[in-house]
Amino acid sequence: MADGGEAAQNNAANEQSPLVRFEAVTKRFGSVAAIESFSLDIAHGEFFALLGPSGCGKTTLLRMLAGFETPTEGRILLDREDIDAVQPHRRPVNMMFQNYALFPHLTVERNIGFGLRQENATRAEISERVTEMLALVRLQGFGRRRIDQLSGGQRQRVALARSLIKRPRVLLLDEPLAALDKKLRAETQFELMELQRRLGTTFVIVTHDQEEAMIVADRIAVMNHGRLMQVATPSEIYERPNSRWVADFIGEVTIVEGRISASGAMDSALGQLRVAGTSGAKSGGTVWLALRPEKIGMSGERPAGELNKVPGTISEIGYRGDISIYKVRLADRSLMKVALANVGVRGNARFKAGDLVWLSWPPDVGVVLDS
Amino acid sequence: MKRGASSFNIISAVLGLAFLYLPITILVIYSFNASRLVTIWGGWSLEWYRELLRDDAVLQAAWISLRVAVLSASAATVLGTLAAVALTRMGRFRGRLLFSGMVYAPLVIPEVITGLSLLLLFVALNADRGFWTIVIAHTTLTMCFVAVIVQSRLVSFDRSLEEAAMDLGCPPVKTFLTITLRLIAPAIAAGWMLAFSLSLDDLVIASFTTGPGATTLPIRIYSEVRLGVKPEINAVCTIMIAIVAVGTIAASLIAKSGTARRDRAALGAQV
Ligand SMILES: Nc1ncnc2c1ncn2[C@@H]1O[C@H](COP(=O)(O)OP(=O)(O)OP(=O)(O)O)[C@@H](O)[C@H]1O
Ligand SMILES: [Mg+2]
Repeated sequence: MADGGEAAQNNAANEQSPLVRFEAVTKRFGSVAAIESFSLDIAHGEFFALLGPSGCGKTTLLRMLAGFETPTEGRILLDREDIDAVQPHRRPVNMMFQNYALFPHLTVERNIGFGLRQENATRAEISERVTEMLALVRLQGFGRRRIDQLSGGQRQRVALARSLIKRPRVLLLDEPLAALDKKLRAETQFELMELQRRLGTTFVIVTHDQEEAMIVADRIAVMNHGRLMQVATPSEIYERPNSRWVADFIGEVTIVEGRISASGAMDSALGQLRVAGTSGAKSGGTVWLALRPEKIGMSGERPAGELNKVPGTISEIGYRGDISIYKVRLADRSLMKVALANVGVRGNARFKAGDLVWLSWPPDVGVVLDS
Repeated sequence: MKRGASSFNIISAVLGLAFLYLPITILVIYSFNASRLVTIWGGWSLEWYRELLRDDAVLQAAWISLRVAVLSASAATVLGTLAAVALTRMGRFRGRLLFSGMVYAPLVIPEVITGLSLLLLFVALNADRGFWTIVIAHTTLTMCFVAVIVQSRLVSFDRSLEEAAMDLGCPPVKTFLTITLRLIAPAIAAGWMLAFSLSLDDLVIASFTTGPGATTLPIRIYSEVRLGVKPEINAVCTIMIAIVAVGTIAASLIAKSGTARRDRAALGAQV
């Protein structure tokens, strides 16, 4: 690419400031607030994911960035410039639509070249770039086809090529893989990551599939009801959620309520548990311990060692193929989830429903949350 | 479930079609009748078509009707499309319900009333009645049909296509022309064809709004038939039927090809 070096220089110059900045953005539709005092920075070259349940405002956020909605309050900065007054067709931002929005009356080639034609690029240049894009999304030989002659996966790639051909500063992807089957989706996730790394373009992807967000993104913003809940890397979000809501939204978790009685100790219905990372939590206030099921050990006998240990009875087993989720009924009638890899053959599982077992975990695997 | 047609269905279809098309078929056949007597079959002949070519009054009327139809259909298509766009796109502006009701009212108002009120208007304006008053009257009559057809297409129009175009750098007006209008073109064409056919066969409104020197074909035919049916009228009617039939079939084919492509595209997007 001809201007790759120039773009790299630009990036270097702006390294410190974020590429996109939401400053206390609020968006109301009538009396309904879709986004509420939302602040967020997205860095140059990042693969950023917006994750949250349906209706939490992810699409609204993207549409504000693309220019199809204007914030009711607050500002959106692109490269330190307020883009409020910039019309959608003048923003250096391109979007891949959830339903692809391919033009049905144009061929694959003309769909992909649409953006360049608006810039009055020469015919030769357009055809060169279209060929380049077709190769990028591995659709060589499909240029002359009509859109209704393509499969869902091929359409998805045409939409991707069309939104990349203008080399946008930011590529917005609204649930780009939602229409694909599971296998194709997994493959495409890795293709997207590779593409993003190769092009160095900032990608902002919207998804309600947490697994997808964790796989593709450098950082994730978890949202709920139009508010930002947490922004962090995937592993941080999973290992160090900042609230019960985030812990519960991402993956499986068991929450144990209690009070900090002393540094490193928590009183709960399960007795005194040893915990780590209580320095911030106030002694005496209610806190919650979040435990991931795969970090808890399960054994027939009381284990030895410096572990938290609680007895219980297996009440349910959810078989998932690679792992099984055991729901264990504890002394206080609550359930704790434990995940074990199915190493042996199925009939040979070590535990069955009704077994008396001991659950144990080291003090530092749980996360103490105060909200 | 049993597939194919039962004998009951076949009989109903035949009866229904016969009821619709028997009179027309008879008219078409008699236009090729060699006999001068309308009710007696005297063998095949193109006699009355030749006769027609010599009948300046009828040809004159046909020429006026065609021009009226083309002009009024074109004006009605522009106005009807604009009304449809306003109705679907302007959101909930004040008086929207009233406006849409007013656009569609001519669909159900009896033609006699439309004709009479237009006549009163032209008289009040002191306008010379003739060719142009018929064009205006037909535009009034047919634009609501165009609006209905175009609006039904716009309602199902996927607006993300427009957003995609703008996102890729296409300014709003150009987007409307090259994406929106381009994609609803089949509906607009179908609306034009319908307006054209309606104008071509209108007798009532034309009678009210016409003036000296602007006799349309239906008016001519009607006045001649009152003096007795001449076989060459059958020939004129056959030609009109052919024009309207071709127009209607073309309109439905255009509309259908548009829908079929859209359906295929929508189907694929869900896979
Ligand atoms: N044009 C609009 N008018 C009124 N309300 C709207 C509009 N667009 C979105 N909303 C509301 O704003 C909220 C956020 O919508 P948004 O489409 O951003 O959700 P989302 O996170 O993308 O959800 P999903 O995962 O289901 O796509 C919803 O409650 C929705 O009903
Ligand atoms: Mg959405």
